[in-house]
Amino acid sequence: MALKDSVSRLLQNDLIALEESAGCIFAEVPKDKIVSCLSSLRDELGFNFLSDIVGVDNSALYEAKAKKAKKKKDKEGEENETPEPERPALPRFEVIYLLLNPDTNERLQVRIRVPEDDLKVQSITSLWKGANWPERECFDMFGIRFEGHPYLRRLLMWDEFPAHPLRKDYPLEGMGEERHLIYEPEGEGHWT
Amino acid sequence: MAIEAYSGDGWLLTKLEQLINWGRKRSPWPLPYGTACCGIEMMAALASGYDMARFGAERPSFSPRQADVLIEAGTITKKMVPILKRIYDQMAEPKWVIAMGACACSGGVFRTYSTLQGIDKVIPVDVYVPGCPPRPEGLLYALLKLIEKIEKDHPLHKKAVLLKGELQHGTQR
Repeated sequence: MALKDSVSRLLQNDLIALEESAGCIFAEVPKDKIVSCLSSLRDELGFNFLSDIVGVDNSALYEAKAKKAKKKKDKEGEENETPEPERPALPRFEVIYLLLNPDTNERLQVRIRVPEDDLKVQSITSLWKGANWPERECFDMFGIRFEGHPYLRRLLMWDEFPAHPLRKDYPLEGMGEERHLIYEPEGEGHWT
Repeated sequence: MAIEAYSGDGWLLTKLEQLINWGRKRSPWPLPYGTACCGIEMMAALASGYDMARFGAERPSFSPRQADVLIEAGTITKKMVPILKRIYDQMAEPKWVIAMGACACSGGVFRTYSTLQGIDKVIPVDVYVPGCPPRPEGLLYALLKLIEKIEKDHPLHKKAVLLKGELQHGTQR
């Protein structure tokens, strides 16, 4: 596919992986190179429309995979004396940038992996002003901090909300967080 | 009694409470608070097809200070709770609340971290209307039920209990 070739030619050494699945092209790049990669994709391949920025928490996926592998290992028993070398664990979070080239109607998904102990990603609000709210949403839901963002505040939940609810270790029904207006008949009501 | 009985000079004997209730039940002005699809059904109920004005809900009041009945139609997120509470607090007594739809009654299908599990956790509710969304007839029936409730009220004997830190009707906080 022509697009796949041109992406790999453009990004060259910065490319960690380039896959195609269900008609979509995924490009994985290093976390600290995201701004330069996206700006060259925008300027040279015409991907000048940012559809969305999505956060992903892969912890449940990794757990399920590890469980499956362990089951398989138990089934094989002691026949296999030499166990496969453990692969280094993948970072927990992903941030996916969905790009569109409006002239050719081609789409590209650029992915970076974010480890749990280093949740800092360069903001791309310098490239697209419209990245402001998606980055705020991603921060709200996953706690990924976008450095250089002009106003990194929670977008959907209220400011005092203590957790990041789309993480897999957060229960669906919440942990009992409530937001109240404390009502004082004699004084002024204030917000908490 | 024929209409002639009221014409000309004369007397009309009634209880003051009944007079007040008569006035109140004929003019429950609603404050429409539509936050979801229930709001569409509420609009249909207020518009000429179903015509809630027949029962005295003549003027949808978009100011809480001139409203009697808060029709809470739709999902309330926890982020919105202070706004709902403040609007309820701004309404002048006497005031009533209709919780319209499954979301307002109990959170509905949204049993999540972000949705309030029923507005009665925050403000007192007089009539609950089930349904997802309820049809306009459901809202009309709720209004008739509310009118029945107003008829049985004792406005002169009602004690205003406003303890410090506690709302009337013993609202949960």
